[in-house]
Amino acid sequence: MVGIDLLKVEGLDVSIAGRMILRDVNFRIDHGEFTGLIGSNGAGKTTLLRVILGVQEATRGRVSVHGQTLTRSNSSVGYVPQKVLFEPDLPVRVRDFVALGLDGGTFGVARRSRHSFELVDEMLEAVEASKLSNRRIGSLSGGEQQRVLVAHALVRKPELLLLDEPLASLDPGSAQEIIQLLHTVVVKQQVAVLMSAHEMNPLLPVMDRVVYVANGRVASGTTEEVVRSDVLSELYGHHVDVVRVHGRVLVVAGEGDHTKSTLADHPAVIVE
Amino acid sequence: MHFIFEPGFFSNTTVRTALVLGLLVSVVSAAIGVFTVVRGQSFAGHALTDVATAGGAGASLAVISPLIGFIGGGVLGAGAMDAIGVQRVKGRDIATGVVLGAATGLSALFLYLVTLQTSTTGSTQTILFGSVFTVEPSTLPDALWLTALVLATLFIIRRPLMMSSISPELAQSRGVRLRLVGLTFMVMLAVAVGLSAIVIGSILSTALLIGPPASALKFSNRFSTAVVFASVLGTLATWLGIILAYDSYYWSASHRGLPVSFFVVSLVVAQFVVANVLAQRRRVRVVHATEHHATPEQVGWI
Repeated sequence: MVGIDLLKVEGLDVSIAGRMILRDVNFRIDHGEFTGLIGSNGAGKTTLLRVILGVQEATRGRVSVHGQTLTRSNSSVGYVPQKVLFEPDLPVRVRDFVALGLDGGTFGVARRSRHSFELVDEMLEAVEASKLSNRRIGSLSGGEQQRVLVAHALVRKPELLLLDEPLASLDPGSAQEIIQLLHTVVVKQQVAVLMSAHEMNPLLPVMDRVVYVANGRVASGTTEEVVRSDVLSELYGHHVDVVRVHGRVLVVAGEGDHTKSTLADHPAVIVE
Repeated sequence: MHFIFEPGFFSNTTVRTALVLGLLVSVVSAAIGVFTVVRGQSFAGHALTDVATAGGAGASLAVISPLIGFIGGGVLGAGAMDAIGVQRVKGRDIATGVVLGAATGLSALFLYLVTLQTSTTGSTQTILFGSVFTVEPSTLPDALWLTALVLATLFIIRRPLMMSSISPELAQSRGVRLRLVGLTFMVMLAVAVGLSAIVIGSILSTALLIGPPASALKFSNRFSTAVVFASVLGTLATWLGIILAYDSYYWSASHRGLPVSFFVVSLVVAQFVVANVLAQRRRVRVVHATEHHATPEQVGWI
């Protein structure tokens, strides 16, 4: 739909068990954009994704897709959760797992149609995992499992794909492969991606937009607009320096009385 | 083995009832057991057998069908576990433990009262360890429709159940109502345990629920294959157990037959040991072949 944002988050507050996790979050994502959701561990990235997904209620504010308030199990949104552990003995083939992306929420006796299997094959091909089709999912490597999870999320042809820390616990080579794969998906299938990570540098080459989470607040825009000293200092509530070295971005806490405690609270700030 | 030569073994009503019941219980335990193992709810399954004991003992006191007692107790137990929080990973063991403790206490009381009432320990033995040769043929229709109920329910909820068994978070994102699916599953588990209790007793029904599925899962890459494989293993163990128990009558001069449950459980354990050895050997073969650039499929990985 031209003229309407694919995803729009407006004035979002989220409290869990009386603790304010996110406050006054505002951002939008357009069709076919690759957006990085960046923040340290515990910043509220997963909570934000769960609210967008409709499985976590917001205290205040609105999340809309195509201008419509999001409902649970919206087929416009695909999701890859954090840390899915597939036991080696899990009796599920890769193709059956991807097919569950189509009908895993459905009760009934109906058999899968030929069209379903064609879609499954198409998605496995899109993530370059066709040769894994008949393998047991628990026998795959971490990188292969991430590909299959992406295929599972894409099989319903969503317009927005949410990924929660898909690079966690992957070696750098596999992480790069997943990023390139997602970039290809964005370009070829015009799917918008919102992907959380605590390390922004691997995403820099493919990221159209960044949503930076810190202290329960969010800054969004292009990397150049957001990853700046003044913006991040405002977000963190103390002085932060942003240094660009050899194409990498380093976010370091600036000098000040409260610097030490802030560093301890937000270790990712040092890394980036 | 005398049964081979003994005329009329298979036409004996008691034996036929036992064999049919054994088949039904093996199939239903396999179907529910595969999901129980994958969902990591074996402890909950075992706890339900203890709850079923309380139900069976209560039924014996009230002089009603033990099947009603076993299943009624199990269903109440499943509801209690769900209410306490068996669906949550962190609350699972607590919910199971609380219900298990309460049920064991009730079982102790009811079994004591049963012993007082009947002046023998025969009923207690039957409730705890089963006695398939004493089951009336009139129980078969009930067992048959209860088996059909469990299998049909599992078939209808199979996809959301698979999703929630693989990853509750992923299932939730697909709109699966985890509580509804989990509670339905627990109630069906209670029915399966109740049925199994008739054949090998409430205490030992865990063996059929967990053993054959655990063995089958080592060689299956689909839920449906695992259920079929576990059904075959369970039926083999149950039927062979019945045959051996029948035959054991002739093994000693005193002509005292040994309990069916002992043979069934021994065979289930033997199957599990063999399955583990075979799975381990296959793993070694796959690693060796992969080192020599063969694909897992080429060396029979399923």
